Amino acid sequence: MDFWKRCKEKAWLLGTALGLLFLGVGAVWGQLEVIWKKAVMICLECIGIG
Amino acid sequence: MESGEVMKRNLRLKVQILVTIFTNGYAYGFLNGKIYQGPLKYTCVPGLNCYSCPGALGSCPMGALQALLNQRNLQVPFGILGFFFVVGSLLGRFVCGWLCPFGLVQDLLYKVPLFQKQKRLPFHGILKYGKYIVLIFLACAGSLFLFGGFARVPAFCKYLCPSGTLFGALPLLAGNKLLRSQAGGLFFWKLGILLVLVLVSMKIYRPFCQYLCPLGAVYGWFNRFSLVQVHWEQEKCTRCHSCEKACPVGLSVKEISRSSECIRCGKCIKACPARCLHF
Repeated sequence: MDFWKRCKEKAWLLGTALGLLFLGVGAVWGQLEVIWKKAVMICLECIGIG
Repeated sequence: MESGEVMKRNLRLKVQILVTIFTNGYAYGFLNGKIYQGPLKYTCVPGLNCYSCPGALGSCPMGALQALLNQRNLQVPFGILGFFFVVGSLLGRFVCGWLCPFGLVQDLLYKVPLFQKQKRLPFHGILKYGKYIVLIFLACAGSLFLFGGFARVPAFCKYLCPSGTLFGALPLLAGNKLLRSQAGGLFFWKLGILLVLVLVSMKIYRPFCQYLCPLGAVYGWFNRFSLVQVHWEQEKCTRCHSCEKACPVGLSVKEISRSSECIRCGKCIKACPARCLHF
């Protein structure tokens, strides 16, 4: 019981590590570039024109 | 009063204002009706902050998710999933309570002494799932195929996002004559949504966050195990229910923190006379 409680308490560490791994994969696949390209153009949909 | 006490007074409001100013600090954009185009936009800000806001220095996580889903060669959007996992695992919905500019707007509107205040809408138990529907059907599936056919569109940003209207459309259209001339039915639809939310926010606490925000739905999932938690020392609790009365989203003491609805505002901590709640 204590073991599972301790695991749950540390789950944020696993989540953060997994997140960093995903971020790395995303960066290698060029996804940060895609996000940047979208973000530096005025998003016409966001402002209700497109 | 001690200096520490002075600092702690309205601490959340101060943090919210500072974060909003810091993440929207590109003053040149506001003056010229343009947006920031530098390298900071490779990263997302934690809260719902339209990247077409003239002052925005970072990208919006929801916009980023849809941008990745809108790609012609569809991939698992690891770039933004990673961001959600890191921020969610560390902070959970602390982001909503402390770091989201649109949350700040709703907090301020709730202080307007116009209507009798209510924590929740009727049928809250059903309506609270609205944000998951928005996330799945508008931000994800909607971006993929529902509305745009083969020309994929960021459906949440296009049809619903009030943050885009408030922080993006209104300042951009005010400063850019060309864009102003192109505003049509879609803009007025979004403006209508924003106006309804502004009115409802004066009566109900954060209606967008409680019922519609897909980012809140994402971070809510991480609430159960995120690093930032509200801890409850059950043995110290006197069952006075002060925390429950203070909770702006109407949670019971058992639900506080682990519930996906808790935005970690800390009002329960402040209200507890026995000091059995703490971050």
